[in-house]
Amino acid sequence: MGLIDKHALIEKNATLLLVGSLLVVTVGGIVEIAPLFYLDNTIEKVEGMRPYSPLELAGRNIYVREGCYLCHSQMIRPFRDEVERYGHYSLAAESMYDHPFQWGSKRTGPDLARVGDRYSNSWHVQHLTDPRSVVPESIMPRYAFLKDKPIEVKDFSTHLVANRRVGVPYTDDMIKHADADLMAQADPNADTSGLESRYPKAKVGDFDGNPQQVTEMDALVAYLQMLGTLVDFKNYDEAVGYR
Amino acid sequence: MKFGTEIVLLSLFAFGALVAAGFGVDEPFRQHMWVLFFAVAGFNAMLMRNTDFKPAVPIDPAAYMDGPIRYGAIATVFWGVVGMLVGVVIALQLAFPHLNIEPWFNFGRLRPLHTSGVIFAFGGNALLCTSMYVVQRTSRARLFGSNLAWFVFWGYQLFIVMAATGYLLGITEGREYAEPEWYLDLWLTVVWVAYLILFLGTILKRKEPHIYVANWFYLSFIVTIAMLHVVNNLSTPVSFLGSKSYSAFSGVQDALTQWWYGHNAVGFFLTAGFLGMMYYFVPKQANRPVYSYRLSIIHFWALIFLYIWAGPHHLHYTALPDWAQTLGMVFSIMLWMPSWGGMINGLMTLSGAWDKLRTDPIIRMMVAAVAFYGMSTFEGPIMSIKTVNSLSHYTDWTIGHVHSGALGWVGMISFGAIYYMVPKLWNRERLYSLRLVAWHFWLATLGIVVYAAVMWVSGIMQGLMWREYDEQGFLVYSFAETVAAIHPYYVMRAAGGAMYLAGMLIMAWNITMTIRGYRREEDPMPGSIAALQPARSGARKWA
Repeated sequence: MGLIDKHALIEKNATLLLVGSLLVVTVGGIVEIAPLFYLDNTIEKVEGMRPYSPLELAGRNIYVREGCYLCHSQMIRPFRDEVERYGHYSLAAESMYDHPFQWGSKRTGPDLARVGDRYSNSWHVQHLTDPRSVVPESIMPRYAFLKDKPIEVKDFSTHLVANRRVGVPYTDDMIKHADADLMAQADPNADTSGLESRYPKAKVGDFDGNPQQVTEMDALVAYLQMLGTLVDFKNYDEAVGYR
Repeated sequence: MKFGTEIVLLSLFAFGALVAAGFGVDEPFRQHMWVLFFAVAGFNAMLMRNTDFKPAVPIDPAAYMDGPIRYGAIATVFWGVVGMLVGVVIALQLAFPHLNIEPWFNFGRLRPLHTSGVIFAFGGNALLCTSMYVVQRTSRARLFGSNLAWFVFWGYQLFIVMAATGYLLGITEGREYAEPEWYLDLWLTVVWVAYLILFLGTILKRKEPHIYVANWFYLSFIVTIAMLHVVNNLSTPVSFLGSKSYSAFSGVQDALTQWWYGHNAVGFFLTAGFLGMMYYFVPKQANRPVYSYRLSIIHFWALIFLYIWAGPHHLHYTALPDWAQTLGMVFSIMLWMPSWGGMINGLMTLSGAWDKLRTDPIIRMMVAAVAFYGMSTFEGPIMSIKTVNSLSHYTDWTIGHVHSGALGWVGMISFGAIYYMVPKLWNRERLYSLRLVAWHFWLATLGIVVYAAVMWVSGIMQGLMWREYDEQGFLVYSFAETVAAIHPYYVMRAAGGAMYLAGMLIMAWNITMTIRGYRREEDPMPGSIAALQPARSGARKWA
């Protein structure tokens, strides 16, 4: 075995070993990941996707912070049982503004990709406060403390700016109104025409049932209530999206 | 002056933390910076108590530097106990949800503490200290850089403490096994580059012409982890005085980058690194040479080449393009071969020494480790097949698979290496007790068997319940019903984990007593008395 004998060269030269192994381990990533950034068909074009409204983004940050993704997926696979249980299978476009993605890897609890509009706001608040009061079998922790924690609104626009830096198309208008939009979405009496034109289909309301302040519960429920609701599947062309 | 520069730099570091604690833009960041301040200031106070103005004692440049390795061995055992304890706690939380204490001790915050605790704190310290041990002895050279090894050790501990406290405070990037936020990622990058320089520098000044096979694995692990860590954690912070950052990638691209990282955290952190451990400590403990030199060459290059491709099998049937999923599946199946190449090389190293299985519980532990390695690298490719994955994904089957690898392979080979190293590092004639090692072995093995078997049942059962239809074509079970059905298995899983933790506590006791210089009076292991040894010709037949 002549080739094997030549291996002694590498064994005697640390630089060669280092460079050789680095080259060998980069190949797979380049072949698999790099094309995703430039192949047009990685993400299908669908109508309805928009960046998260400030309140939804704040809620999403709480979702990430509490590690919800460790037990709840946001990725419906194209199987009969999953489509019947959770709704239309997830499209790549539906997470195109997700930094980071929250597809999850384990369903200790059910998938949440299309949980929006399935339950009332008060159900969510009750469920988050005491999960077993509405689902006796549930093993979810309580998140009652969210109701008492006012959201940090100050300079929330910096979050939109950071998202824009990584490619989310937030406009100057959206950034300018970020703090006000965040408050307005949780206030049923506010003038939300600007908010609704900036973020179509945004749900407005006093999500946590406490009109005194905007809490983390407001934000999280606002996020849950919009999950999977942006794309109207009545207008979605299966054949065009298929690949 | 001893530690002079260090004390000045650490004081500045602590002051910086204090400033950040005062001016941080979000509450978790301010709290986290207080933790940093107290950690650094406390460490600095310790250094000040140990400083003196005597001229430094000249160091023998030929002597091995074992100080950081001793600390590393202790840290491995300590973080092992912590990480596994948290594991048992969250297993109990899943069985008895009232054990969640909001907000800091909810499952969602404790779970990263468990995974990082065992992977990066326990496993990472085991890799740090064994790699420093192995590279010196196989290169016949002292560690490169005077105090670089100490920086790597303490820098890494700081990372662990900050990451762990960050999780409890809710500071996370939300990417599995890469949860620490941007500032800790930067810190880890610094520490990791120092580690690479330390390791490579030691190899470069070796007195042996060849680089020993264990060091190939350690080196590829260090350099690949550097690459994975940097690419996967690319993100943009909201503020340089805040904890929150947003990932540079989104959706599909983010998912594949993350699982390219995630699967190779398994492939390089938990496999290549620990194979390096196997290639040194198994031959040493068995007192036999490595079975096949050629096999080690082939399986090394094949393993590191193929592993990188396997990430997409975590994303089967998702919105990831189909070609990437299939590519990931094919490479995962191919990966079976180099994995078993490593297993065969490890097991066959015992040729002619199989009788030691009866008499030496440390060898028994190492052999069990390699056997579990073979088992989970067989199970893994099977689970990567898309049809199988459609059932196993999102269920406890995955959790069971991970644990047969982590508890069986990573845990057991680390235990074996620590049991081998500690008496030598502290100049003890032997361990405090070999019989306690045997107890540890059985508790750990039975714990894993219970854990894995229970998770198979729970995972496959729940997966089947989710897709069960009745004659009219309706789904039979609601999600909540499937949760209720697996409750008994969650209780049993916690029991399996508790057995494994009990073994770990026995180890902690055994190692502590060994370090303190005690030796337990006990009968030798059965069969180790010379008269009971099988005749040499008889042993040959077995080998």
